[in-house]
Amino acid sequence: MLTAHLNSLATSLFSFLMTLALVLSFVMLGSHWLRNHVLAFAAESWVIAALSASVAYYGHYKELYVIAGLTALFRGALLPYLLLRLVNRLKIDREFTPLFRPASGMVVGAVLILIAFALSSSIGDKLGITNNITLMALTAMFGLNLIGFLLMVVRSEAISHILGLLVIENGIFLGSQILVPGLPILLELVILFDLLIIVMTFGILVRYLKVHAGTTSSRDLQKLVG
Amino acid sequence: MLIVMEILWAIPILAILMSLLGSNRVRNEYVNLSSSAAVFVTALVLLVFSPNKPQSHVSGYILISPFGNWVTLCTGAVYLLASIYSTGYMRILNITGSQAAKFYGLLEGFALTMLIVPFMNNPGLYWIAIDFTTIVSAFLVGFEREAESIEASWKYLIVVSSGLSLSLLGIVLFYWAGTFHLGPVYSMTWATLHSVAGKIPASLLLTSFLLVLVGFGTKAGLAPMHTWLPDAHSEGPAPVSAMLSGALLNTAILGIVRFMDVLDGTKASIPAHLAVIVLGVFSLSIAAMFIVRQQGIKRLMAYSSIEHMGIIAIGFGFGGVLGIAGAMYQMLNHSLNKSLLFFGAGNAMRSYGSKEIDRIRRVLSFYPVTGTLWLLGAIAITGAPPFGLFQSELAILRAGIGGRNSWAVWVIGLLLIVIFIGFMNHFRSMFFGLEPTPDGSPTMQFNGWLEVPMWLSLAAILVLGLWWPSGMLHFFTEAGKGL
Repeated sequence: MLTAHLNSLATSLFSFLMTLALVLSFVMLGSHWLRNHVLAFAAESWVIAALSASVAYYGHYKELYVIAGLTALFRGALLPYLLLRLVNRLKIDREFTPLFRPASGMVVGAVLILIAFALSSSIGDKLGITNNITLMALTAMFGLNLIGFLLMVVRSEAISHILGLLVIENGIFLGSQILVPGLPILLELVILFDLLIIVMTFGILVRYLKVHAGTTSSRDLQKLVG
Repeated sequence: MLIVMEILWAIPILAILMSLLGSNRVRNEYVNLSSSAAVFVTALVLLVFSPNKPQSHVSGYILISPFGNWVTLCTGAVYLLASIYSTGYMRILNITGSQAAKFYGLLEGFALTMLIVPFMNNPGLYWIAIDFTTIVSAFLVGFEREAESIEASWKYLIVVSSGLSLSLLGIVLFYWAGTFHLGPVYSMTWATLHSVAGKIPASLLLTSFLLVLVGFGTKAGLAPMHTWLPDAHSEGPAPVSAMLSGALLNTAILGIVRFMDVLDGTKASIPAHLAVIVLGVFSLSIAAMFIVRQQGIKRLMAYSSIEHMGIIAIGFGFGGVLGIAGAMYQMLNHSLNKSLLFFGAGNAMRSYGSKEIDRIRRVLSFYPVTGTLWLLGAIAITGAPPFGLFQSELAILRAGIGGRNSWAVWVIGLLLIVIFIGFMNHFRSMFFGLEPTPDGSPTMQFNGWLEVPMWLSLAAILVLGLWWPSGMLHFFTEAGKGL
């Protein structure tokens, strides 16, 4: 177990990074400017890369250095670059038809984090876990998942949907760095690669949407019902 | 047997490379046809000559099991039928040159991804393989580049990807729970997960199973996560719809079934089976409601796919020799029968120039041959004898009687009757409705490519309905022991 023998510096570092990742997801919830979303996502990916690197250092998982590097490169640089290019090309600056105002969105987000915490503590009780880092990793994983889904539900722009999905994936990735750092490296590499392909596919489809359907907002995509 | 599996993968790869080389339409057609025929034969060889016990290869990454081979055979059969049909369909759509090369390349790629899925022994890699099927098929759904088809393909990609992310979460949770017993690093395979499942608290097992069920259930089109399915099935070209419905959905069911098998023998097993049955029954009721009031011909077929996935899920949920045998049999029958129906719907759509049921009238007087084939297929899909689906649905219902979840049998029976009436009512109005067609009589003539696959699938479901060789039951029994 990685979390069993950590010194207090490592513990604080891990909690700091996980908290930062959660805070960044609130930045996304609180802003309607797509550019800010992409930048917050990029920052969150860098935080996760830093987390991978520190797990590699404190847990002696050398291959996680590779994962950290690739996370920073793919999730922290390449994906945000592709998304920003998409935002610029489509000339969509902001989300026009959100279901909630930013403030209400953040309140709902906070409630979701509480739910995630309750879920994690109940799992922790079942498994007899007293370690705070493990509980926090579970909370961050579930919390980011829920916030990702919230982003997808309350926003209607196609790019917001992609970002929501990426936040969900970030959550799973963050959780797995702490919980299962020994997860086969092949799997992590393929997931990174898979994510890149998914985002490229999304990019192509969003541009088709703009050209052939004339809109990229799910509110206007109402042709197929029943 | 590993070599046969490698050949199975090599054939479509070779075909994709050839479709990249040139844009001669006829050549690409024949490359795709030979690729699909070779895949079908190889899948058959793999099924017949594989040992009865699942075997892992390549340091545990590859699993060759009877169940996987069976799903592969379904994929191979649909790929072959859809390829024959595509040849005719692309000709009447007048798609040539690089567009045709792109279509056949994507079709071969789609087949390849589906042929990889059943052999993945690592649940994580299985997840990724499923993800790749989504990516390739999203382009096929949007192939016609109309506003509706792009919308459908977008919805498909976003709904399925977010659903699948939940199953990844489930897999990670499960693996993490296993680290308490097997150490921080262990190989992630179906077998190791099964070996550790007994030591994990039942509530955590169930949580991860439900996440996996919702994730792969989204891909398999189980209600209420089915929302992408009617859109994607109705907006893609007809042969693609057949591949999506007949082949792709089975590959996603496989993941649910294997995960259910992982839980076997634990306390979470009974609620897991119940959850699968409940989702199955719910899918059937959603399908029944939408079939009765349906207006689009391909959407009608799509809801029938949701119904069949529900029945397959229920079969595996009932479990036991008969339940598993019935569900596996249902997979093949569904694959063949649904291809037949989508081909018929594609023909009707092209000749009448509409997807609306209201605009398709007096099919038999305009198209006596394809019309008859289509009508027989429709009778078969609702589970009427003497066709294959009658056999498999009967087996599944019998598996449920007297079991823990026998309530489901009565609900299914009722819903199947509703679906039969609803489905047949639409076909009655299309075939025997007396009002004239709004847009005059259709004039298009079908080429043989559009008819031959219908004959082939009808013959197959008729044979499967009338003749259940004793070897088959033995095969299903053995397959059920190690999914």
